[in-house]
Amino acid sequence: MLFTSYAFLGFLCVLFPLYYLIPTRHQWKLLLLASCLFYFAAGPTYLLYILTTALTVYYAARRIGALGAEQSAYLKEHKAELDREGRKAYKDSVKKRQRRWLLFALLLNLGILAVVKYTNFAIRNLNGLLSLFGSGRQLSFWNIALPMGISFYTFQALSYLIDVYRGVSPAQQNPFRFILFVSFFPQLVQGPISRYKDLSPSLFAEHPFDAHTLCRGLQRVLWGFFKKLVIADRMLSAVNTLIRGGDYTGAYAFAGMLFYALELYADFTGGIDITIGVAEALGVTVQENFIRPYFSKSIKEYWRRWHISMGTWFTDYIFYPISVCRPMLRLSRFGRAHLGEQLGKRLPIWLSSFAVWLATGIWHGASWNFVAWGLGNWLVIMISQELEPLYERFHRRFSVAEKGWFRLFQVVRTVLLMSALRMFDCYRDVPLTFRMFFSMFTARNWAVLFDGSLLTLGLTGLDFAILAGGLVLLLTVSLRQRRGSVRDAVAARPYPLRFCLWFGLFLVVLFMGAYGIGYDESQFIYNQF
Amino acid sequence: MPTAEKLRRRALVRFLLSAALVLLCLFLLQRLVTPKYAGDIVEGALISEYYAEAKDHDLIFIGDCEVYENFSPKVLWEEYGVNSFIRGSAQQLIWQSYYLLEETLHYETPRAVVFNVLALQYNEPQREAYNRMTLDGMRWSGSKLKSILASMTEEESLVEYLFPLLRYHTRWSELTPEDAEYLFKDYRPSHNGFLMRVDVRPAENVPEGRILADYSFGDRAWSYLEKMRLLCEEKGVQLILVKAPSLYPYWYPQWEEQVEDYAAEHGLLYINYLDLIDETGLDFSTDTYDAGLHLNLSGAEKISRHLGQLLREDLGFPDRRGEEPLSSRWQEKLAAYEAERESQLAALGKI
Repeated sequence: MLFTSYAFLGFLCVLFPLYYLIPTRHQWKLLLLASCLFYFAAGPTYLLYILTTALTVYYAARRIGALGAEQSAYLKEHKAELDREGRKAYKDSVKKRQRRWLLFALLLNLGILAVVKYTNFAIRNLNGLLSLFGSGRQLSFWNIALPMGISFYTFQALSYLIDVYRGVSPAQQNPFRFILFVSFFPQLVQGPISRYKDLSPSLFAEHPFDAHTLCRGLQRVLWGFFKKLVIADRMLSAVNTLIRGGDYTGAYAFAGMLFYALELYADFTGGIDITIGVAEALGVTVQENFIRPYFSKSIKEYWRRWHISMGTWFTDYIFYPISVCRPMLRLSRFGRAHLGEQLGKRLPIWLSSFAVWLATGIWHGASWNFVAWGLGNWLVIMISQELEPLYERFHRRFSVAEKGWFRLFQVVRTVLLMSALRMFDCYRDVPLTFRMFFSMFTARNWAVLFDGSLLTLGLTGLDFAILAGGLVLLLTVSLRQRRGSVRDAVAARPYPLRFCLWFGLFLVVLFMGAYGIGYDESQFIYNQF
Repeated sequence: MPTAEKLRRRALVRFLLSAALVLLCLFLLQRLVTPKYAGDIVEGALISEYYAEAKDHDLIFIGDCEVYENFSPKVLWEEYGVNSFIRGSAQQLIWQSYYLLEETLHYETPRAVVFNVLALQYNEPQREAYNRMTLDGMRWSGSKLKSILASMTEEESLVEYLFPLLRYHTRWSELTPEDAEYLFKDYRPSHNGFLMRVDVRPAENVPEGRILADYSFGDRAWSYLEKMRLLCEEKGVQLILVKAPSLYPYWYPQWEEQVEDYAAEHGLLYINYLDLIDETGLDFSTDTYDAGLHLNLSGAEKISRHLGQLLREDLGFPDRRGEEPLSSRWQEKLAAYEAERESQLAALGKI
């Protein structure tokens, strides 16, 4: 059930009234039922996958929590009898048992993710190797469907498990509540990857009807539909023409690069707006996943503002554990002893970052282009990091850091750099991406940007006019957001004005949205991850 | 200082007014963007014309272009006193014809229904554009809903039939003056469902049909013909099957045999006008406007005369030309018919 489908709107039209009509203590149960129905609609068998993940993680976390409680009780009871060594030995033995449960659930669920998502990738590579070595034998691909949002819900469930193991979150005792946490339908499609401590308080709370909350949520949903239907899906046909096949080189590749970056931004942030808005209308608080990333002045900053929940997940559960693991500490000591203090200190950071970006790339998709995209990001971030002292000297020397034009330059540079890296994502083929990227510097067809050739890509002049208008609105809202919530600003206006603004936006989506017959029904790009 | 109760009441009033305004705007915008079929393609305006009619017809034609281009109710009235109406639209599929018939028989009970059998060739939904031309013009009823559900192609959605604004939302950029002119009234291009063309484009040859893997009509098509027969039987209406004299799409002998067998089995009257070219006096060098696919006015009047004679002489249809107010209504219709004929001839430079 796509967010932009009529079925989803119908689903919400039934859910919202029901949610506020039933006794508030049953609201979370209705959400659980709705989430199961939502997932069932995507594919009945998918429900088995998500239930397997939810139940195994729930059970393992409960065991870990129970062991922790057992340990506290034991230590309290035997406080007088145990010396320091005895307490440590006991704690170690409990930790070992907890770690077994942690590893069991981690391996099982990452194993499921690996099998359904990466088996055919592995087979494709094995077949490539077999051909390379002259073997005529080829392995058959598995006919296995990728359950909707598996990467998102698996990571969300595992973050809870690790937090319980670390003692950050208490173990949820009610399996049904935990299933709701894992399967909460607005964020099943494309995240964000919520943390248990952030999501659970409002998810399980009682929410009496409040027109203001409902309206605010629906306003956010409408804004999401604007981004998705008016900008992203309208852009889709031009992007598909430009990037498929590799015939459009030079200036076309440049246009395709920017179009794709814009489409992806509008698509993903639009989807997240719908997610957060639907949750808000239900009284549930979902963490923000974007803070105007294209206003970032560096790639590092960009990644702190783009898909925030994924970035923090990789930082908390991959980067830090690897950085401080014993082999890495040994490596750091070795590096400092043999390569010098500075290099020795950085070595673990480089390697941990490498692991994070490799995992980020693989998480996005089972193909080499995503690996190349992840490592491309790593390379750029590492180079920027290493050159930071140089930049700072330059900024101090020329006093440009606070100048408006220089900040604009930095923003444009970040947008271009990120868009260029995204070419790995949009062409889905590493050699082709390189070919198209370098064609921008060799082809001499820049006139096509101005001579009307762009009108042959599947978009009419009217489409471009709508896109331009949409972009101006997007930019205006983004700039205004720096001073606080735009919805709050609108809410402070007189009723006739805010009615006209919201109804006007609704009409824009209704009439200028790319939906229905004649448009490719485009699923959200991040849906595929 | 307003009390909480007053504030609540004020908020409720504001909400109700806003909701009413939103609904009104959406209603008007939907009317505006829904196609009026008042330009080059007028076939989509045919179905809705029936609702403005007095419902006392003797004969109802049901079918696709082979009825609304090939039979003239004016001739049936003027020469035989038979009051008839055509409920036909472009590529009207057999289940659409069935549900239109169901709807029509809800309004009135004619003596007979004429169904053109060419639609038996389609066993599956075909194209959205044709579906829309048939279905958008129907008034909302159970018959319309069932017809939509039976007709939708994979790309279509029931929601877009319920709220046509969702289907036609992109038409805002191609609106014409006709969209404003026919905002609150229907465009009426036909004469009791008959779409008149006076121009001539002779048929130069008789096209051969391509070889088919299977000449059997599909189960679904047959089932709707059977439903049509049973419905007519239940309502006491005579069902007449016809095949209009179009040279193409090719009417295969194997198809003819199946229809003949069905008609014989159920005692239905079946007239194949392709076999009656000489008898009706049809001349494909003068009686078609598109080389044999459809008849023009001259051709339509010829076979209408043949049918009128059969209705009067063989089936005993009464001559109602003396009936009032029917006769007066027809006087207006005859005048409109003649005016359009002259207007078309004038446009062609023939008068």
